[in-house]
Amino acid sequence: MTTNDTYAVQRPRRSIAGGTPLAIDLRGAHKRFGDVHAVKGIDLTIRSGEIVAFLGPNGAGKTTTIDMILGLSQPDEGSSEIFGMAPHLAIRRGLVSAVMQTGGLLSDYTVEETCRFTASLFSNTRPVEEVLARAGITELADRRVGKCSGGEKQRLRFALALLSDPALILLDEPTTGMDVEGRREFWKAIRADAQQGRTVVFATHYLEEADAYADRIILVRRGEIVADGTAGQIKSLASGRTVRATLPGADEATLRSIPGADSIEIRGDTVLVHSGDSDKVAHHLLTTTNAHDLEITARGLEEAFIALTGDDKTTEETR
Amino acid sequence: MSTTAMPQQPDLMSRPVPGLGGFNLTMLKLEVRRLLRNRRTMIFTMIMPVVFYLIFGMTIPAGKQSLGAGSHGNVSAYILISMALYGAVLATSSGGAMVSIERSQGWSRQLRLTPLSPVAYIAVKMLAAMTLGAASVLAVYVVGLITSQANMPLAQWILTAFAVWIGSLMFAAFGLFMGYLLPTENVMQVQSFALVIFAFAGGLFVDLTAMPGWYQTVAQFTPIWGLNELVHAPVSGGVDNWAWVNVAAWLAIFVAGAAWRFRKDTARV
Repeated sequence: MTTNDTYAVQRPRRSIAGGTPLAIDLRGAHKRFGDVHAVKGIDLTIRSGEIVAFLGPNGAGKTTTIDMILGLSQPDEGSSEIFGMAPHLAIRRGLVSAVMQTGGLLSDYTVEETCRFTASLFSNTRPVEEVLARAGITELADRRVGKCSGGEKQRLRFALALLSDPALILLDEPTTGMDVEGRREFWKAIRADAQQGRTVVFATHYLEEADAYADRIILVRRGEIVADGTAGQIKSLASGRTVRATLPGADEATLRSIPGADSIEIRGDTVLVHSGDSDKVAHHLLTTTNAHDLEITARGLEEAFIALTGDDKTTEETR
Repeated sequence: MSTTAMPQQPDLMSRPVPGLGGFNLTMLKLEVRRLLRNRRTMIFTMIMPVVFYLIFGMTIPAGKQSLGAGSHGNVSAYILISMALYGAVLATSSGGAMVSIERSQGWSRQLRLTPLSPVAYIAVKMLAAMTLGAASVLAVYVVGLITSQANMPLAQWILTAFAVWIGSLMFAAFGLFMGYLLPTENVMQVQSFALVIFAFAGGLFVDLTAMPGWYQTVAQFTPIWGLNELVHAPVSGGVDNWAWVNVAAWLAIFVAGAAWRFRKDTARV
């Protein structure tokens, strides 16, 4: 296993890949809200046709990043381009649409009126009946938005996002507040849609959603990208093991240099080494150090994800 | 997913940008329909002014109908115009204040993900408010015609109706200003309250000539006074030129206020 390599699998920035500009090109984006440094230098290059999960715990800076991509908020530093143009120009052409987390709907319009209103603003749109059908809310057409459930509103937002037939859709925590059935239905619709070649980027804090629906997962933690790769790569990264050993007088520098070690922790005479290749670590500890009483434990997927994106001390040691 | 087969790709750049900042009649129609659907708005802007006219305009004894020399109508007609102005001003200001609700529900933010330009958005709000204002004026005037107590020449009927309608545009700006300024739960209440005060202070609900001198002086500085003077001019037969100054000043204040808050709201943070 080559855990080290999956860290920040850097993708080449190809402004023009086969004549097609990048769907999203966010460079060095920083955003501060007072004392809070919400986004600390995020670079995002997403090519046409990718289905990307923007995965991280609440408060990782996902929404702030999406706002900056769309030009809804201005980065303090850095820039954003969508299909090689300023975000508002891409919006005017209907090239990009977004499903935001909350709000964005007027309660006294009906579902169908909301769609017709939105459709009237674009030059070219798909028929309202078509997007309602694709979002699975045809039978809700005459219902007032104010009377719709959270999941129904979310599907209406998705229908609105489909109207301009965009080449890129951004979804911010699209399934929040949905029950299991609603969530499955929603993803079915998204998946069917992505099959037609649309670029889809969704923010989520559900590991399973990212795993099930994305080709590429970008892990964010506290305003920074901590990993970027395929679901498989992230999983292997996240599902490493912890090697625990007794090693009196261990020093950090030496432990860090152990091949395959991702993170280390020293608790008195006990050392904990997290690694995607525990065999290698164990071998090293046993053959080149005085470590004894070795214990190897697998971390659960969920637990590993939390370790990777959480705020605990161990991950601070992450290189 | 395959990263090749992209049906939309070839014409990405050739996609057109809609003209007029996204302004269109479908949107206007939907907006007006939404305004008319609001029961409270309907009661305040259509039914209340009519009821007020029936109470205050229809109860003038025949001997007290004269407006004096040089006038072109009776007291009932004068009150009819007042009530139409009150309804129109309520209608246009509540149309303008819709932005408050739309901001609080995140709709304005959603619209930033569409080609609709902020100026086109304001234009639609104004036009929708004016449509509601026209409906309000029409309601009062139709009742006035049917009940046939109000008496003025045909030209005066038409002229005053238009004056009331066009003049109420001033309060669409007021509504926008308030809508951008105040949180949603309060805006309609605050606004109706303010308009009642303005109506009393500006001589819409009271006969200023019967009021003490200090009242008449203060009245001239309040926002409805000038408009009230002007829309009655075709019937009363004369106008205080300060009315124009009053209207110009308050219009400038409302527009400047709305523009200031609007710019703040659309600034990209």
